[in-house]
Amino acid sequence: MIDPSAPDFWSGLFQVLLVGTGQTLYMVGVSLLITILVGLPLGIVLVGTEAGGLFESPFGSRRLGRVVNRVLEFIVNLGRSVPFIILMVALIPFTRLVVGTFIGPTAAIVPLAVVAIPFFARMVEIAIKEVDTGLIEAAESLGATRWQIVSKVLVPEALSPMILGLSTTVTSIINFSAMVGTVAGGGLGDVAVRYGYQRYSTIHMVAVIIVIFVIVMVLQGLATLLARRFAHKSRPARAEKILPALRESVITGA
Amino acid sequence: MISVQHVSKTFRSGGTVTAALQDVSLEVAEGEIYGVIGQSGAGKSTLIRAVNLLERPDTGTVTVDGDELTALTPADLRRARRKIGMVFQHFNLLQGRTVRGNVELGLEIIGVDGDARRRRALEILDLVGLADKAGAYPAELSGGQKQRVGIARALAGSPKVLLSDEATSALDPETTRSILDLVKKINTDLGLTVLLITHEMDVVKRICDSAALIEGGRIVEQGRIVSLISTAGSRLAHELFPLGAVPSLPGDTVIDITFSGGSADRPVIAQLARTYGLDVSILGAAIETIGGNQAGRTRLALPGSPAGNAAPIRDLRSQGMLVEIVGE
Repeated sequence: MIDPSAPDFWSGLFQVLLVGTGQTLYMVGVSLLITILVGLPLGIVLVGTEAGGLFESPFGSRRLGRVVNRVLEFIVNLGRSVPFIILMVALIPFTRLVVGTFIGPTAAIVPLAVVAIPFFARMVEIAIKEVDTGLIEAAESLGATRWQIVSKVLVPEALSPMILGLSTTVTSIINFSAMVGTVAGGGLGDVAVRYGYQRYSTIHMVAVIIVIFVIVMVLQGLATLLARRFAHKSRPARAEKILPALRESVITGA
Repeated sequence: MISVQHVSKTFRSGGTVTAALQDVSLEVAEGEIYGVIGQSGAGKSTLIRAVNLLERPDTGTVTVDGDELTALTPADLRRARRKIGMVFQHFNLLQGRTVRGNVELGLEIIGVDGDARRRRALEILDLVGLADKAGAYPAELSGGQKQRVGIARALAGSPKVLLSDEATSALDPETTRSILDLVKKINTDLGLTVLLITHEMDVVKRICDSAALIEGGRIVEQGRIVSLISTAGSRLAHELFPLGAVPSLPGDTVIDITFSGGSADRPVIAQLARTYGLDVSILGAAIETIGGNQAGRTRLALPGSPAGNAAPIRDLRSQGMLVEIVGE
């Protein structure tokens, strides 16, 4: 039991929160980066290898395209369906192989990225499927290569919904980072459990909730802003529907 | 300039097989505007998409400006496509790019560097009359302006051929006319060969030098409009001058007279009445300016049977007019 009236209570709380927030931002930041680097191409390949897609026949082989699509679909579905707590534990040998340990914020990055990649890849897939196939034809008629179609048409045109997808992804990474903390990852989840739960400090608990809420709110606000910036009023009807809904979810913290 | 030879294309989806094109051949001469007209589902869209191989035909060859596209490797095909600009019914502009950015897309693909690209884009935007909209986004433009951007994008890479896939079908009549005039201007000023598809006869009437009628995946009629007009039984000519259903007039002979060029301004009906003493009634008429020439069709009722009217009909034919007996 921690005594809130102790002279060093507030400075101690501040210290603990600072370290926890730093660790959380580090875990979330690095795993987010990995998620984008892997999830974006994965999502593109997922759409592209579908029948009629841009990479339907990689190296001229329709069969290869189909196999790649099936395998990736399977991996993404697997990654999305296994509960995080199980995934985290199951990944321990892999984490140890990559990082050398399975304890601490750096080790936590591995399961966080593994769970977020398929999630974000799906978001990318959905966003890219929304791009009008007429745009791909227009680029083809201008003599574009497949790579040019991806880099000049698909990704830029899907940017706005992809950013919204990314903000959803980051929220769930933050969510899972707290879960990792309870096992051995550090971060704000660790603070909440060790101080708030095990030592009955309601103040710690409330402080952690506020900090996480602020982080999520700032990130979502940023994403909304960016998404709107890249939408160029192209889909006013949709943006009008999405934005208030997002704002609502930020306020309620959902 | 464009030669399509014996092209066939079949689509299979599920259990249904659709023959979109069946042994289609057409030739588009350099510098002309060629219109393919047909109803939706006739295969015209597949046809134009086959010309730059967005839709690869099952059989047959497509040659544009000396390159047999159907025989090229993917890399060579991409290079050949740079000579073929295309505009689309729904414009297909990138929403995330400005007007200038959209026009620059083709130049980026070719690898033109920044400054030259910018200059070229502004030059072309000036040509299509959108220089003041260079910084706007497509969402801020009207349909006609969007199509001008589409045309500018297609022209930026200095193609030799322009393909127009129902470019005016999503536009109102007035905007349609202004876009068609722009296409005509490009054709004249830049010497661009244009192949367009449409379901509107007005488009053919307004700018085409040649036309083809496509039905059920087959070309049923094609030729220069001037000669189609004077071809007996031409369905395109009938479409160009719609006179409606032939009325039933017992005891009378109903004839359609098609005249073009020199015969257009002759007082035909007065002559008939004077020379043969006939009480000619005019049932309908349609006159158009096609390719700068007056051409038209008049439907007349002459009293008596066709046999009885053989002399006046022979006389009209001898004056270079196309006379068809459509009812009696």
